[in-house]
Amino acid sequence: MDPSAQIIDDAIAAHRTLPGALLPVLHAIQDALGFVPPDAVPRIAHALNLSQAEVHGVITFYHDFRTSPPGRHVLKLCRAEACQAMGSEALAAHLTRRLGVEFKQTSRDGALTIEPVYCLGNCALSPALMIDGKLRGRITAEALDAIVDTCRRGPGAGSQGAGGGT
Amino acid sequence: MTAVIYVPRDSAAVSVGADDVAEAIAEAARQRRLAVRIVRNGSRGLFWLEPLVEVATPAGRIAYGPVTARDVPGLFEAGFVEGADHPLRLGPTEEIPYLKNQERLTFARVGITDPLSVSDYEQHGGWRGLRAAIAMADRDIVEQVTASGLRGRGGAAFPAGIKWRTVLGAAADQKYVVCNADEGDSGTFSDRMIMEGDPFVLIEGMAIAALAVGATLGFIYVRSEYPDAEHALRAAIGAARQAGFLGPSVLGSGKSFELDVRRGAGAYICGEETAMLDSLEGKRGMVRPKPPLPALSGLFGKPTVINNVITLASVPIILDRGARFYADYGMGRSRGTLPFQLAGNIKHGGLVEKAFGITLRELIHDFGGGTATGRPVRTVQVGGPLGPYLPVSRLDTPLDYEAFAAAGGMVGHGGVVVFDDTVDMAQMARYAMEFCAIESCGKCTPCRIGSVRGVEVIDKLRRGERRAQNLVLLRDLCDTMTNASLCAMGGLTPGPVISALDHFPEDFGLAGSGLSPAAGKAPR
Repeated sequence: MDPSAQIIDDAIAAHRTLPGALLPVLHAIQDALGFVPPDAVPRIAHALNLSQAEVHGVITFYHDFRTSPPGRHVLKLCRAEACQAMGSEALAAHLTRRLGVEFKQTSRDGALTIEPVYCLGNCALSPALMIDGKLRGRITAEALDAIVDTCRRGPGAGSQGAGGGT
Repeated sequence: MTAVIYVPRDSAAVSVGADDVAEAIAEAARQRRLAVRIVRNGSRGLFWLEPLVEVATPAGRIAYGPVTARDVPGLFEAGFVEGADHPLRLGPTEEIPYLKNQERLTFARVGITDPLSVSDYEQHGGWRGLRAAIAMADRDIVEQVTASGLRGRGGAAFPAGIKWRTVLGAAADQKYVVCNADEGDSGTFSDRMIMEGDPFVLIEGMAIAALAVGATLGFIYVRSEYPDAEHALRAAIGAARQAGFLGPSVLGSGKSFELDVRRGAGAYICGEETAMLDSLEGKRGMVRPKPPLPALSGLFGKPTVINNVITLASVPIILDRGARFYADYGMGRSRGTLPFQLAGNIKHGGLVEKAFGITLRELIHDFGGGTATGRPVRTVQVGGPLGPYLPVSRLDTPLDYEAFAAAGGMVGHGGVVVFDDTVDMAQMARYAMEFCAIESCGKCTPCRIGSVRGVEVIDKLRRGERRAQNLVLLRDLCDTMTNASLCAMGGLTPGPVISALDHFPEDFGLAGSGLSPAAGKAPR
């Protein structure tokens, strides 16, 4: 059995008896793999006695779940009002220009996936972002550049970093 | 003697370097062969001073901040472990005016204790509310909460006691207590601070709610954007269970209460209580029509108490000190305190817990020190992305649910987002519609389609296309969304849009156009 199939089955086995098990199962898979592979859908549907359409519907409803692998690092930039009041839209423009990709895309070198997020609860230290699950505040263009440079330099945290939402 | 040094573990403090500071302190102490114990406390909520380091001295705790890892050797040389003078010394923490001038009831322990120490919690007044509740009849617990005047702090401000009474009166084989910890409003972080900085107070509040209504199972639905809060909650629940505050017989009462944490998945709409229930059940977070009330048919169709974090975290002090004590704070029908959150373009951003009745001007200028950029305040958005934009002429309105609503505002969850005079209000109006389009659950048409059309119409207005017609169209569209949406998402999105248009028509290109921004306003 290939390793991702094993991870999927383990995630299902660990959570299937919970009431309302689907979100915990999906989170466990994405925490481990960085995304929810399409071939997980029939396995989850079968185990939880749901239709594949129901599982697909849940995966696509929530912003967190990805259906393809992210880059080695995931950067979530807050684009909500408090951060806008401190210049987050200029940071967003700087970031997309610098990487040459749009939000919800991955830089061509595979280093960095950028995602929008609407509030990280760090609104007294705006603008804020989250890099591989770590919160950062009072972000300047220089600080953003330094984060991007660090991500691009090394192989980094690998797929563990990809569970950025967790 | 071992010196005790406090370095916050709060994720906002960590976001500006608190972990590095804690490490530097440990390293510097090792080099100097000084015995120190570093306590990772919650944040005091004075975020412009984070990382705020405190040392315990015979004269009380002395604060230093904002401290960087580079400052640490110098602090040791100056003798900060004994509370000695240093350019970063702020004096006794409790004497800092920002903190001293607050009324901290719900946040009484945050920043003071080790958030994950059951005994620290107990030594600082914890579990007294639960002990009192165990000695009371369920009806009397509900009566205390009702008499305290506590209203839902998530935004809707529904009286908590009335909700609890409905659940208590419902007959069922299973009841639930669900904590809504999906704090998605921009400009808010009080729930996060409680969960990270004093998670036991939330657990205690939920256990009291369970006793009051006869529930045996609880869930905390925490947003995925708060990973540190989730970790803290899981650790605290484990410790509370170990100590007998949760489990098959809460404090030997013979009554069972188990608690679990569930992680959201980045959907703002799941802060709406019925969408949250669907999400907890493993479905798309779709809003349910009401009735049935969740109090009668909630999670998995069973009677369910749903309250947000601050509401439940305010319950222990009410049971401990009595309804009267709590109700003595506040004004009008807004009793008790609200942890306000000063955010956005503000010099001294942070958490300010005050009795209802304080004005925005006091919050923004006296506590907040004006804007971070030093430019004039142009507008303030209170109550999250669905809250109207207020001009500075409304800053003297007291923050009381009814009085603030009468002035065109919404207290909501108490987030106060400040903007300086560089803000483009047409852009903010467009963003309000765009956010609704991104986050709509899609169940009702006014919200799902109206928000998309709203973005388009505002774009046309901004480009100067057929302004007179599009102005009428925008107001008409907002009227439809307000009156025909299923929940507050679509229903309140027009608030920030129309307020931006009414108070800042010049940003929509209406100045000198001969058009009244009121064009299309329905006669009332």
